[in-house]
Amino acid sequence: MNIIEVENLTRRFDQLTAVDHITFQVKKGEIFGFLGPNGAGKSTAMRMLCTLLRPTEGSALVSGFDIVREANKVREHIGLVAEKLILYDELTAAENLALFGRLNNLSEKGIKSGIDKWLGRLRMEQWRNHRVGDFSTGMKQRINIARSLLHHPDVLILDEPTLGLDPQTTRAIHEFILELSREGITVLLTTHDMTEAESISHRIGIMDKARIVALDTTKKLKKLLSGGDTTRVDIEIINLSEAILSKVKELENVVSLIQEDTYRMRLQVAGSNTIGAIVNTITSAGGQIRAINTVEPNLEDVFLHLTGREMRDRTSENASAPAGHHRRRTNSRVR
Amino acid sequence: MLQNIKRTLRHGYRIGIKDLTVFSRSRMRLVSFIIMPIFMMVLMGYIFPSQNSLKNAPLGVVNMDQGPLGNQIVSALNQPIPGQNDKLFSLTYLTDEAEAIKRIKEGEINGAIIIPADFSGRITGNEQGTLTVITDQSNPQISMLLSGTLNGLMSEISARLGEEKIASLVPGIDNTQVVIKPFVIETRGVVPGEPNYFEFMAPGLMAMVIMTACMTGLAGSISRERELGTLDGILSAPISRLSIVVGKSFAQGVRGIIQAVITLLLAIGLFGVVIHGNVGLLALLLVLTVFSFIGIGIIISAISSEQETAMIIMTALTFPAIFLSGAFFPLQQMPAAMQWISRLNPLSYSVGALRKCIVLGTNISGMMTEIWVMVGFGVIFVAIAVPFFSKVINR
Repeated sequence: MNIIEVENLTRRFDQLTAVDHITFQVKKGEIFGFLGPNGAGKSTAMRMLCTLLRPTEGSALVSGFDIVREANKVREHIGLVAEKLILYDELTAAENLALFGRLNNLSEKGIKSGIDKWLGRLRMEQWRNHRVGDFSTGMKQRINIARSLLHHPDVLILDEPTLGLDPQTTRAIHEFILELSREGITVLLTTHDMTEAESISHRIGIMDKARIVALDTTKKLKKLLSGGDTTRVDIEIINLSEAILSKVKELENVVSLIQEDTYRMRLQVAGSNTIGAIVNTITSAGGQIRAINTVEPNLEDVFLHLTGREMRDRTSENASAPAGHHRRRTNSRVR
Repeated sequence: MLQNIKRTLRHGYRIGIKDLTVFSRSRMRLVSFIIMPIFMMVLMGYIFPSQNSLKNAPLGVVNMDQGPLGNQIVSALNQPIPGQNDKLFSLTYLTDEAEAIKRIKEGEINGAIIIPADFSGRITGNEQGTLTVITDQSNPQISMLLSGTLNGLMSEISARLGEEKIASLVPGIDNTQVVIKPFVIETRGVVPGEPNYFEFMAPGLMAMVIMTACMTGLAGSISRERELGTLDGILSAPISRLSIVVGKSFAQGVRGIIQAVITLLLAIGLFGVVIHGNVGLLALLLVLTVFSFIGIGIIISAISSEQETAMIIMTALTFPAIFLSGAFFPLQQMPAAMQWISRLNPLSYSVGALRKCIVLGTNISGMMTEIWVMVGFGVIFVAIAVPFFSKVINR
């Protein structure tokens, strides 16, 4: 049974097309991840599905209700964790939850038991009467998630839910999302963190420039890379130069090559006997190899393969930082 | 239908209570909220000049009169204000008109009075005497006060001289005053007490703080939530868009009325303002003032997506509204065109009705025009604002 059905959903802002005819379905209990760089249109798509933005074209059903004509019905069935926290710093955790419970027409009794249940599950019980403003980002996000679940939504919409959180909280939230999915709650997740998308999503839609460029399970997406037999190789060379790079690029089985930083290059190679040839080429060009790593392809490689670009923006992020550990919460809204 | 209205109001109430709770817990906002009316009232109360406030005004005196009358005038100018230690004027004695003009130009004195050499002589010789008052044009308010006070003082002295003259010309006359001043003017207000600038101003200030709360406050409150991201939470809840309007208006209205009441209490406590009218009617007028501005506030909030834009639009609207409302300057003084514009300004009616109620003690039947106009403004703008808000807010 499809709980979300999206057809040709499109949104234009003046001249800019933020979401361009996207079509997909999500099954009940599924975790569906939207992966793509900032500005790809993930958040705009999400905002349309949670009725915060009207589509310019196309349609979507959430829990069987039309997002435009039956917006309030849709709202009853969704829980939203947006990129910015939906919490009032001046209110306590319980007051925040109670407010949104009341706006969702829960009974006072339902609100009380809901607060007990979700704060308990998210291990925030002892903080219920403390003001949210005093909490750390991770604690706030737990309360924020509890808030989105209080009215028993069918669909949980999470827009970058772990942005700016520490690794422990991120892991705890990932586990919690998986638990919810096992309980039958459908999760729609946007992220620009491929590790996050890969580790919890059942299926992934890769968005780029307002369109869905690929949509499948992680496993099948990886097979897109030259029939699935490509390998990623990271090579660290002490005296890496333009000459070495261009010589390696000319090799027959090298599918793609990018320079990671001053010392490292990242290659996508087909076939299994290629590494020897690459090492020979580098040494004969005078390169001194310090390390070679072969890495299983990940979603970033898929993205690179599909779009010819890297997903992370090299100009704005420190290229040498390990992926997933150098992100911060920004205030700019992604449209 | 009834169920829906009840539900909308209930959600609105929740949002309003939330706004007020959040507000009451943020210390900085609470402090500025209370400081603002105090600051406005005290500032407005003390900066405006009034007739009674003239004290020790530096005045130049050129007394060239050889007779006794010149000295009599000078000593009259030197009299202390009855019941006070201060004098009206602090006199500087000068030798001639040229020096007086020079001192005024240098800013040492605010004006000068010149008593000519033959002053006593002309009067005793049954001719009319002339006194010259030189004013400082760069300071019209002080000049006006100065010439007003001098005129009053001089006409008293001249009346006394006239009486003496008549007594000497018509021996045995009983009441010389009747000849000099056949009648006197007795000024009386409709309520007891002297006319008081604070009574004129306090209602204007009250209407103004309510307007500011409804317009600037409302737009600020919605755009702040938009920027924080919490508005997304409210908008994605299954509530009528009208609930948001109701809740925000309720919270801002309450804040505005509290500020207006603080203003009024200060006016009563510090400046001796007395409420002559019905307190229930006063409360009704405050609520109507909220109502007449809420629609405009909502429209601006819907248009301006950022707090800053909202503030700019609001400032551009509220300033002319204040000046063209008669809150601080009487409308009757303005040119006809401005008076017409002021008639399209809901604030004018609010100020007018509040003034009638507080100062004159008018009852409700005496201000039905103001009340209907405020209701009309409210109904029209709310009717435009609500559908507009619902349409714009989801974009």
